[in-house]
Amino acid sequence: MTGVDTGATRGPSLAGRLGVDRSVAIAFGCILLILAAGALYSPAFLSPEYLLQQLQVGAFLGIIASGAMMVILLGHIDLSIPWVVTLGAMMATAMVGWGGAAGVWLCIPFGVLCGALVGTLNGFGVAYLRLPSMIFTLGMNAVVQGLMVLHTGGFAPQDQATRAMHFLAVQRSLFGIPNALFVWALVGLVVIYVLKRTAFGRAVYAVGNRESAAYLSGVSTNRVLIGCFAFSGAMAAFAGVLLAGYSNKAYQNMGDAYLLPAIAAVVLGGTNILGGRGNYLGTIAGVILITLLQSILSVMQMPEAGRQVIYGCVIILMLLIYGRGAKARS
Amino acid sequence: MSGGTMSNGRYWIAHNAGVLTAVVLFAVMFTLYVSNHSAGLTPAVATTAANKAVLLALVAMAQTLPVLTRGLDLSVGMVFVMTNCIASAIVVGSVGEGLLGVVAVLAIGALAGFVNGAIVVWGRLQPIITTLATGAVYYGIALFIRPSPGGDVQSDIADLLTGQLFGTVPAALVVLLGVVLVIWIPYRRSVLGRAAYAVGSNEQAAYMSGVPVQRAKLLAYTLAGLLAAVGGLMLTFNTYSGEASAPIAGAYTLNSIAAVVIGGTSLFGGWGSAIGSIFGAFVLRTIEDLLFVFDLPPLWQPLFQGVVLLVAVSLGAFRILRVRNRLELFT
Repeated sequence: MTGVDTGATRGPSLAGRLGVDRSVAIAFGCILLILAAGALYSPAFLSPEYLLQQLQVGAFLGIIASGAMMVILLGHIDLSIPWVVTLGAMMATAMVGWGGAAGVWLCIPFGVLCGALVGTLNGFGVAYLRLPSMIFTLGMNAVVQGLMVLHTGGFAPQDQATRAMHFLAVQRSLFGIPNALFVWALVGLVVIYVLKRTAFGRAVYAVGNRESAAYLSGVSTNRVLIGCFAFSGAMAAFAGVLLAGYSNKAYQNMGDAYLLPAIAAVVLGGTNILGGRGNYLGTIAGVILITLLQSILSVMQMPEAGRQVIYGCVIILMLLIYGRGAKARS
Repeated sequence: MSGGTMSNGRYWIAHNAGVLTAVVLFAVMFTLYVSNHSAGLTPAVATTAANKAVLLALVAMAQTLPVLTRGLDLSVGMVFVMTNCIASAIVVGSVGEGLLGVVAVLAIGALAGFVNGAIVVWGRLQPIITTLATGAVYYGIALFIRPSPGGDVQSDIADLLTGQLFGTVPAALVVLLGVVLVIWIPYRRSVLGRAAYAVGSNEQAAYMSGVPVQRAKLLAYTLAGLLAAVGGLMLTFNTYSGEASAPIAGAYTLNSIAAVVIGGTSLFGGWGSAIGSIFGAFVLRTIEDLLFVFDLPPLWQPLFQGVVLLVAVSLGAFRILRVRNRLELFT
């Protein structure tokens, strides 16, 4: 029994090496099922234009879920995502006003940096103060919210997106594929590389399995914790920057709709919410699944009430199929 | 564990340190609030404060029960809002019909909690993700009943439960006391209540010792739904209407977790009490009232609230000063 179960260590088969385990396969199966159901409703569901549109919208969720996944792999959770998304968008757009000519260039890195800073503080609270991540990131979310209310209310900052943000989020420059999709692919490749090919990635799984064991094996677990939380903050803020580009401005509460879908996407992709197990392919499947589900329910003109009920039931049903824990007696 | 060196009194204080901290914090803050309020401590001031605080206190009590079993209920706020919407539709008519409606609403709340518990126990899914998903379902039901805010409530019952008894005591506090006496104390003393603490401390050991693990968890989630429904009813009695509001539901869920932590209950299960959560909720509500009487500029209020919340939950970090072996940090 390997302590570090990344899916890749399981067997020599190609599917195993790619990280296709049972949960990932079922998640992709469900995607096909949803597409088939959509196609029965209207053939337009299978048109490349519609699918690309969904992937473009899904890219924002995918970037947030990439960060959320790193934290969930540690067995922690980042509840500060909603306002860090807003923070990224607001700081990036405001930087244009503050920085003058240089601001146009600095705005995107600055927004991401602010998110990474909040993430680092989250990591500090979890690693050194040893507070439960659920409650510390919740408090941090409230603090960032307070800062952003102050920011928008007191100084009437610039909130328009720049051309670069618009370019990344909306435009399509290569074969009609949305640029946002390339950005998500880049983030995904970085995560896959870090998780599969670096010592840091191994340490992430080790800490998620048993932190004390990882510590005794010489892993500086606090650094791993801070690194993952900082990455989660940076990705949430980066998605916020892109969302600002997508809707052309930053506004309050723009991140509220992303916390639960991001966690749901990661968990539907087979990542254990208690940490230590999961791979990025599953997260991709989870993000596409959630995006398609939301899109199809809205295309079918289902009222919001029915959408929420179906959304919740589908998540429960899928997890009952493959996400069940071990029995107490084992 | 108490040994001979520690007298009963000191042991009791050590055991209830979290609750006592919350009580003292609340007493200091409430005194500060009343002494700076222009009207002083009149029954009207107390009733307004109590009506607001009791809502969060009930939801925080609800959150405490799953947390004690080392679980979590992210759907308490949604059950709270759902029962609010249902109550605004069926707690109407004569007093008798209204009371029947109250019973029905409580039953629905308990059922919602039971569904959570059933999925966690028999479905063996993680509580966080289970209640996240069922929360969406409960919110959908709330929206279905109240697509837009509205409705009504039986006014005799509402006035009785949100007014004052004998012209002095806020009735909401009496309701809260009643809930503690009728639900929490008997639960805490029952076999399944003790089992919940055992499950929270170490589920495997509890199972091996023959503790009814499954029934303990089921009851904890069911009672959580019931308590959230009591909160939803009180909200309806306060507002005379129902509103399917996701922000309200989210805020109550998150504040309930904060109240539980401030009240000295461990998020790792097996330690704490619903009494502490009540005072944790009172502390959170008094912070808002304090900002009001001290005339803080409205723009600064969310930041101040956030910082106070973060500092309050960070108080738990003091435990690392007592740790002698670094490995204890990881538990």
